[in-house]
Amino acid sequence: MAGMASPKGNKAEASIVDGRLGILLLPSWVVIGILLVIPVLIMFVYSFLTQDFRGGVIWTFTLEAYDQFFIDRGLFGDEPAQLEWTYILIFWRSFLQAFFAMIFCLLIGFPTAYFMATSPPKSRSFLLFLVTIPYWVNLLIRTVSMKFLIRDTGPINEWLMAFGMIDEPIRMINTAFAVQLGLFYSYLPFMVLPIYASIERYNFVLSEAAADLYTGRWTTLFKVLIPTVKPGIIAGCILVFIPSLGAFLAPDLLGGAKNFMIGSLVEEQFKGQAGDWPFGAAVSMILLTIIMIVLLFYARSQTNSAGRGH
Amino acid sequence: MRKLTTLMTAATMVFATGQSIAAEKLSIYHWFEYIPQELLNKFTAETGIEVVMDTYDSNEAMLANLKAGGMGNYDVAVPGDYMVEIMINEGMLDSFASSELSNFGNIEDKWRDVSFDMGRKHSIPYQWGSTSFSVDTSVYGGDINTTDIIFNPPSELKGKINVLDTAGETLVFASIHMGIPQCSTDKEQLKALSKMLDGAKKNWASFNSDGAKDVLVSGDAAAGMIWNGFGAKARAENASLKYAYPKQGYIVWMDNVVLLKDAPNRDAALKFMDFLLEPENAAAVTNYARYAAGVKGVGKHLDAELSEALENNPPADAPAGQFVQVCDQQTQGLYDAIWTRLKK
Repeated sequence: MAGMASPKGNKAEASIVDGRLGILLLPSWVVIGILLVIPVLIMFVYSFLTQDFRGGVIWTFTLEAYDQFFIDRGLFGDEPAQLEWTYILIFWRSFLQAFFAMIFCLLIGFPTAYFMATSPPKSRSFLLFLVTIPYWVNLLIRTVSMKFLIRDTGPINEWLMAFGMIDEPIRMINTAFAVQLGLFYSYLPFMVLPIYASIERYNFVLSEAAADLYTGRWTTLFKVLIPTVKPGIIAGCILVFIPSLGAFLAPDLLGGAKNFMIGSLVEEQFKGQAGDWPFGAAVSMILLTIIMIVLLFYARSQTNSAGRGH
Repeated sequence: MRKLTTLMTAATMVFATGQSIAAEKLSIYHWFEYIPQELLNKFTAETGIEVVMDTYDSNEAMLANLKAGGMGNYDVAVPGDYMVEIMINEGMLDSFASSELSNFGNIEDKWRDVSFDMGRKHSIPYQWGSTSFSVDTSVYGGDINTTDIIFNPPSELKGKINVLDTAGETLVFASIHMGIPQCSTDKEQLKALSKMLDGAKKNWASFNSDGAKDVLVSGDAAAGMIWNGFGAKARAENASLKYAYPKQGYIVWMDNVVLLKDAPNRDAALKFMDFLLEPENAAAVTNYARYAAGVKGVGKHLDAELSEALENNPPADAPAGQFVQVCDQQTQGLYDAIWTRLKK
């Protein structure tokens, strides 16, 4: 988009601008190449290699890792092959959890962003500042403090008991609720900030125009405001969903690590007793593929709707 | 917790390097919270060798990190018994002659010819202890010296149990509970083990290793698997916690300082090992970590309460503990699968 700034028809100027931009992007390409493309390629290759006992790989091609993911032959490998549900279940749980984190963040984040963006400009920067404050503290420490807060002997339960509202502590720690709470709390600002940026740029004259045409408040919200700020909402959803999917701090610390999440399953393959690097790499590759497919579908639907719109 | 420790270590390192630049350096790869900083300072003061330390939270994490390019960066590491054997088999350890350590004779006789390193050619004792569990006796007043507490708990403890989040120790402990030999390949035994664990898990609150003490002290769990020294520290914070010696058996282990292959500073590594075999220094570690040293003559340097602490002195009727055994690849695969099924 930015490259299109030069007027159409002025090709010489456009190429100068584009050429300069190309050079400016070089450092980013190098960083992406070294820190993203090469490591992902290594994992891609590893996922097709043979497991070396207790970590490491043997350079022999095999589909063993993918076989282990999808095919169940029983504990001893002597039962008839059927679909392996173990890992699909782990993926399903992680996706579900990330999805709920995204929905909760959206339900709380959108009104918050709307409030911030419609506040007087002076207080806006102060509100933005408030949103970023928790990020001055490391995620691990924030998650641990959440644990202190909700445990049976924590302040929430103590207060509720002190005011006589409950007789026994409500069990929150080591439950799915705690994990959800942790994810929601960790990633809420990722939802608020992009939506805020979109709503701030939204021209409220559009809402006024809708009101002049006797449109109700809710209709204006759903037919005018939300479609206009949709890119911000989508960006926020992606920014919450994807890190939630790979999160293992909240499931481990708040959920008691009773069930593997995708993140902890991969960690176990590299750091745990299993030491099955190709399998860990294969799990990562399968996750990467799923996410890429979802994002591609999204991109396709965007171009389609853009095509229809004009 | 582990990140915190790393941060603190990093801070210490920065501090230490500020004092003297270009001095000789020793790189240690060590467990979290396992050596007092004063002892490292003392080593630096005595030898002029600076110490830098990175930490890990499980034997397997250490192995993975060393295999993924960590070799050649560290001089010494501190693996547990079975991990010493694995590292020897992997060719990751350098050997030394007993004459290279002037304090070699200080190693207690019973720890000199150990199954995982006969004759101590690669390792020296660091600390040894047991893995069992502690119970909050204010929650449950019955007999705690049985593995039923963890795997078939009384109603008071249901939903309030923590187990270690390491496949090795937790599965061996479960095998001890069922009377199954370690590294068993018997189908019926392993299926029964897997089934028993699935049932037991319904009564567990969490899987947590580096927070094993914290979950007990905070009351998140009322019974939890724990190492004896950690158990002693937990009791210091909550006196109603009691360490158990189950009649079915429990795990004993020994952590050992090993000389890594491709050590950047082999001489410093040997000096450090010699330093740790000094009774006074071994006692300093024991006073800090609350395990036993495996070094002669530490007795008079130990804190008084250690000599009578339950965690360090099994009662006369307690059975002997067993070391974790190293299984072959195929067998290990079975146990890994059981673990994954348990946590799916």
